[in-house]
Amino acid sequence: MDETVIRIRNLHKRFGDLHVVKGVDLEVKRGERIAIIGASGSGKSTILRCLNFMEMPSEGTIELDGKLLGTEGRANGGRAGRIYSEAELCALRTRVGMVFQQFNLFPHMTVLENVMEGLITVKRTSKDAARSRATEQLTKVGLLDKLDAYPGKLSGGQQQRVAIARALAMEPEVLLFDEPTSSLDPELVGEVLRVIHALAEEGRTMLLVTHELGFAYHFADRVVFIADGVVHETGTADEVLKHPKRERTQAFLARFTERAF
Amino acid sequence: MKYQWDFPAVWNHFDMLVVGLVGTVKLAAVSIVLGVIVGFVVALMRLSHRRMLRAPATAFVEFYRNTPPLVHFFWFFYALPIMVGVSFEPFTAAVLALSTQSGAFYAEVFRGGIVSIEGGQWEGAKALGMSYREVMRRVILPQALRRMVAPFVDRSFELTKTTALASSLAYAELLYQAMQVNSITFRPMEVYTTIALMYFIVLFAASNLMRLVEYRLARAG
Repeated sequence: MDETVIRIRNLHKRFGDLHVVKGVDLEVKRGERIAIIGASGSGKSTILRCLNFMEMPSEGTIELDGKLLGTEGRANGGRAGRIYSEAELCALRTRVGMVFQQFNLFPHMTVLENVMEGLITVKRTSKDAARSRATEQLTKVGLLDKLDAYPGKLSGGQQQRVAIARALAMEPEVLLFDEPTSSLDPELVGEVLRVIHALAEEGRTMLLVTHELGFAYHFADRVVFIADGVVHETGTADEVLKHPKRERTQAFLARFTERAF
Repeated sequence: MKYQWDFPAVWNHFDMLVVGLVGTVKLAAVSIVLGVIVGFVVALMRLSHRRMLRAPATAFVEFYRNTPPLVHFFWFFYALPIMVGVSFEPFTAAVLALSTQSGAFYAEVFRGGIVSIEGGQWEGAKALGMSYREVMRRVILPQALRRMVAPFVDRSFELTKTTALASSLAYAELLYQAMQVNSITFRPMEVYTTIALMYFIVLFAASNLMRLVEYRLARAG
């Protein structure tokens, strides 16, 4: 459990003049489940998105399994920074899977094809092997009866479960969830959280950005509270969510008191 | 004024008009194929992150968007041969003019189709570890192509009608042949009415065919 899978050092992200992430350090141990919480615009999603380079970090380093990603060089603007090759990023992303708020399923492919796509195109798995592996994953998320449906015909909760199956099929070492239930109708949140919970039980390494504090409490080994682009408070779920030490964390949580943990 | 219509006088030379129609279809077909190739390359250049590729492609599109088509025909027929020291057949000059013009417009159709695909599709595919080329080939283009069909067909009809300008280079397409028939029969009303109908029948049939294709494509996804 003590083996560090991901180590982030001094991560910064700027969008033009907007400084969103202002020096984040974070270590993720193998098998650890981390919930990242914070107000909208605090930079929590951006931190997560930098981990698989959906956003390119403006500054700082990311290590995967002790190996520093990228090489030292000059980026486009001429500033010293790290350069990442496409091949390196593609390889990284097969190891660090992601589930998005908006699912991002491929609408021109069936459910089964969506899950097979990465296996066939990226992992060069044979069609038969990909089909059986995809079917296995879809069974796991309870969608065996929807294999030939197109995503447009599914509910939001079902679509998100397909997206989880699609990420799982690649057998990633780390799974990133970027507000996976934020765009769902309230009655569909439960089915997605149950799937995520089942994955947590399997001992997977997972990072979850969420507003579902009740779920975060049961899910996470560790909770990270982000404010103004920095880690404001971190600790066990109990420490951060029930006995927050810092005022800002308390103020943030106060808004959720009507929700029981 | 009482005009005495005399269509048979024109129909006696119908074979000449058929030659013209074949010329029109041939010119349009070759120009569409080459225009698609030009358009695809220019679209990819315009989508590139490299200024060196983007700038000339943008200049190309803007040039064609802001100059009259007839000027291009004259330029490729009279001006380019002086520059390169090789003279072109009217057909070649017309193909060059049409395929570059339509290439500029096709480029915008292709680019528009590609950028219309939501960013989430790129992210969903990239997160699986796909490279730029794989994302384009497997996820973006299959969806973008469907959205390109309607504007692409529109552009191709424009191109087909623009082939009439090749008559100014004495290329034997439908309008040029009609002018020949007119100079024999002195029956402009009948001649030009006849070729208008011929254009209409061919394009109307083609547009209905394309509507069917669009419908099929729309249903497929």
